[in-house]
Amino acid sequence: MSEFKLAVQRFDPLTDAKPRLAEYTVPMREGMTVLDALLYARDYLDHSIALRFSCRQASCGSCGMKINGRPRLACYTQVEELGGEKVVAQPLDNFAIVKDLVTDLESFFTKHKQLMPYVLRSDAQELDHPTAEYLMKPEELKKVLQFTYCIKCGLCTSACPTVAMDVKFPGPQAMAQAYRYLMDERDEGGEKRLEALDTAHGVWRCHFAGSCSFVCPKGVDPALGIQLLRRHVLSGKAPRKQGEGAKVWSAPAGSTK
Amino acid sequence: MVETSRHDILIVGSGIAGLRAAIEAARISNGKLDIAVITKVQAMRAHSVSAEGGTAAVLYPELGDSLESHMFDTVKGSDYLADQDAVERFVKEMPGEIYQLEHWGLPWSRREDGRIAQRNFGGYTYPRATYAEDKVGFFEMQTLYDTATKYGNISFYQEWFVTSILADGGEFKGVTAIERKSGNFSQILAKAGIIATGGSGRLYSFATYAYSSTPDGMAAAYRAGIPLKDMEFIQFHPSGLIPSGILITEAVRGEGGVLVNKDGERFMKKYAPNKLDLASRDVVSRAMMTEIEEGRGMKDDASGLDYLNLDLSPIGGQKIKERLSQIREIAIKFRGIDPVEAPLPVRPVCHYVMGGIDTDIDGATKLKGLWAAGEAACVSINGANRLGANSTAECLVWGKITGGEAAKYAAARPQASVPGELSALEEKRIFDGIFHGKGGTNPYEVRDALQKEMAKDAFVFRTGDGLSQALRTIRELKQKDFLHCEDKSRVYNTNLSDVLEVEGMLAVAEVVVAGALARTESRGAHFRRDYPGRDDKNWLKHTLAYAGPDGPRLDYSTVAITKYQPAERHY
Ligand SMILES: Cc1cc2nc3c(=O)[nH]c(=O)nc-3n(C[C@H](O)[C@H](O)[C@H](O)COP(=O)(O)OP(=O)(O)OC[C@H]3O[C@@H](n4cnc5c(N)ncnc54)[C@H](O)[C@@H]3O)c2cc1C
Ligand code: SF4
Repeated sequence: MSEFKLAVQRFDPLTDAKPRLAEYTVPMREGMTVLDALLYARDYLDHSIALRFSCRQASCGSCGMKINGRPRLACYTQVEELGGEKVVAQPLDNFAIVKDLVTDLESFFTKHKQLMPYVLRSDAQELDHPTAEYLMKPEELKKVLQFTYCIKCGLCTSACPTVAMDVKFPGPQAMAQAYRYLMDERDEGGEKRLEALDTAHGVWRCHFAGSCSFVCPKGVDPALGIQLLRRHVLSGKAPRKQGEGAKVWSAPAGSTK
Repeated sequence: MVETSRHDILIVGSGIAGLRAAIEAARISNGKLDIAVITKVQAMRAHSVSAEGGTAAVLYPELGDSLESHMFDTVKGSDYLADQDAVERFVKEMPGEIYQLEHWGLPWSRREDGRIAQRNFGGYTYPRATYAEDKVGFFEMQTLYDTATKYGNISFYQEWFVTSILADGGEFKGVTAIERKSGNFSQILAKAGIIATGGSGRLYSFATYAYSSTPDGMAAAYRAGIPLKDMEFIQFHPSGLIPSGILITEAVRGEGGVLVNKDGERFMKKYAPNKLDLASRDVVSRAMMTEIEEGRGMKDDASGLDYLNLDLSPIGGQKIKERLSQIREIAIKFRGIDPVEAPLPVRPVCHYVMGGIDTDIDGATKLKGLWAAGEAACVSINGANRLGANSTAECLVWGKITGGEAAKYAAARPQASVPGELSALEEKRIFDGIFHGKGGTNPYEVRDALQKEMAKDAFVFRTGDGLSQALRTIRELKQKDFLHCEDKSRVYNTNLSDVLEVEGMLAVAEVVVAGALARTESRGAHFRRDYPGRDDKNWLKHTLAYAGPDGPRLDYSTVAITKYQPAERHY
């Protein structure tokens, strides 16, 4: 059975002055992902390696890390596809390190929350006590669908040069989600959203390096989201006003539901 | 003194059930109650994101669907072990939940007229699985998490590992937990609690579940004196991809994919001449295990797993690329095989647990002030076998119900307090017993040995002898000196929580096996080779397992039968 070298960046803030690379020898097997390799090392070679992981099928967004220099999901990267002799796992850039491969995403989640990632409506009673669905054509849904695929893994934000320079910049993830809720036919909060975005640290800081879209494992294309968002901020026109969101379905006259 | 914080309601678990409960409690309390959600992974990472296919609800009675039909399908699917009063309440609540998630922004797939689309799912008479592409659970989680951020009175303890439930005088008082980031141990007190810690699928290494699906919450409830119900019923899906166990959905067989053995024979012809590869999950899984046992499977050398081939070639390359793009991507990314060119190695895989913490129809446990919801709970609507698309639905309905009940209860209660020694004892157990503990056995190897035993004797086919062996193995493993921790740092010490997980897994595995050994009949997902028939005279009852000094003590409770008398199941 062939083997390969797995280098893991280790750092414990309680004992270490700076990070170092530790090397482990891992037996290769067909179909092995980088996450499999890390768990092999953790379970049988060194129980103290710290990493995040959960679903192992690229849906939960836990295992974002830098693998051979590029932000990726460990579960979604085959050892074989890396091609080389050695796999190097390091924590994501642009976030503080908690320990080893684990980074602090608190500010990342806060920025997402600040841009109001929820439907805003004027029909409060219907919103929380629905009588039927808000009508939405498949083509209307399609306009936002790609942006709904975001798993909040943070790869884009870790690759973003603007985030690296300006800690207040919301970052590609939060802004792509702002665009998604702005464009959702059901949402009526556009004016409020645009106001929140039109600040010095908002949309204007992005200079379209495009690295966010390049590393996104879900095809979200946050750079596109930011670009489209900018047009709305520039024109100052919300796609919909209060009361203009998608209408609730009601039974055609004379029928019973 | 152990550090203490207080809330009105504490919800353990941030899956679909936990988040739905939090939102319900937040909104009915009009901002007045202080609600905390505690989760061992970051809140949006819960296992629920993995659900793919659908959420069941009756949305189109005008097209012939009905609540009665959803109810009957569920009861029949459960092999008559479901409580029919609970099922009735469930089907009535569900349509509202679909609309509620829709209003909160869930991108449900739509019909041309703009209304919500639904599709077929195994075991249902009408196409009532509501879907959002093939990412149903993911979108439900996203919608609930994003919506929860709207409420100022919901706070999150993210990456806090709950180690025990605090109870005093027969009442729930709170939990103890370790904050991963700091390693600090705290007690979090609350007037009311909800356990929504999900299923226990990781008792098996070959599982469709997330790695985080260990039975911590069930084990904590069990240790607190609350019985676990119907734990012997575990669903095995026919097609888990070798070696990871990632789910290959039934849609592949629906589109024309076929299972073949090592001789290239389409073996389902022998076992289900009519429905073939699309027979019900338990039937196909049993057929596959028979083929493997009789030497017509293949072996994956690296993982040591036996498998059969799922051949997609009858579907045709073009159609695979168009309709099964997600599956193709999974096969390439996680196995390095393009199903257009070669068959996929698959075998039966642990997919869902029907049992859980015993609750009444309102989700209340036997401990006053504590509720349970979602896969961690057993209400029971799933009985001996759940239907696909009913479990995310159950999480929504009992998330809502328990959130509401807990809010009503908490509003009328004084602040919780608890004798100091309870948490101090737990701290000692963890830090003196494990963090500073000594031992020669690798806890990860104990986990491996447990999973191996469960896969051998508590799998698709069971026998009295095999289950007795499993019980012996589990008891031997419990005696091993694995309660120690190599990682000496307090910061983000997953080694410590992993040991706690293994301890809980052993306790819950013992309950599964003891229940299965006692149940001398075959019903739903529980198949005893030595008792191949269903025995309503003796076994139309729920198993209740209480923690005792020498392992579980079994008791039984009656099944609520209201509308449908037990009949033989035919599909
Ligand atoms: C591959 C797959 C596909 C599926 N597809 C479908 C489908 O199409 N339709 C359907 O209806 N069902 C489906 N299911 C089943 C369904 O996904 C689950 O039953 C459901 O998501 C369970 O949700 P939950 O809220 O109960 O718990 P989970 O989502 O499992 O969440 C558990 C929570 O508890 C927390 N937790 C656990 N232990 C601790 C602890 N010690 N301390 C603190 N927090 C803790 C976790 O952090 C997490 O937040 C599928 C399951 C799988 C595996
Ligand atoms: S936009 Fe893409 S890279 Fe960024 S957090 Fe979302 S899924 Fe991850």
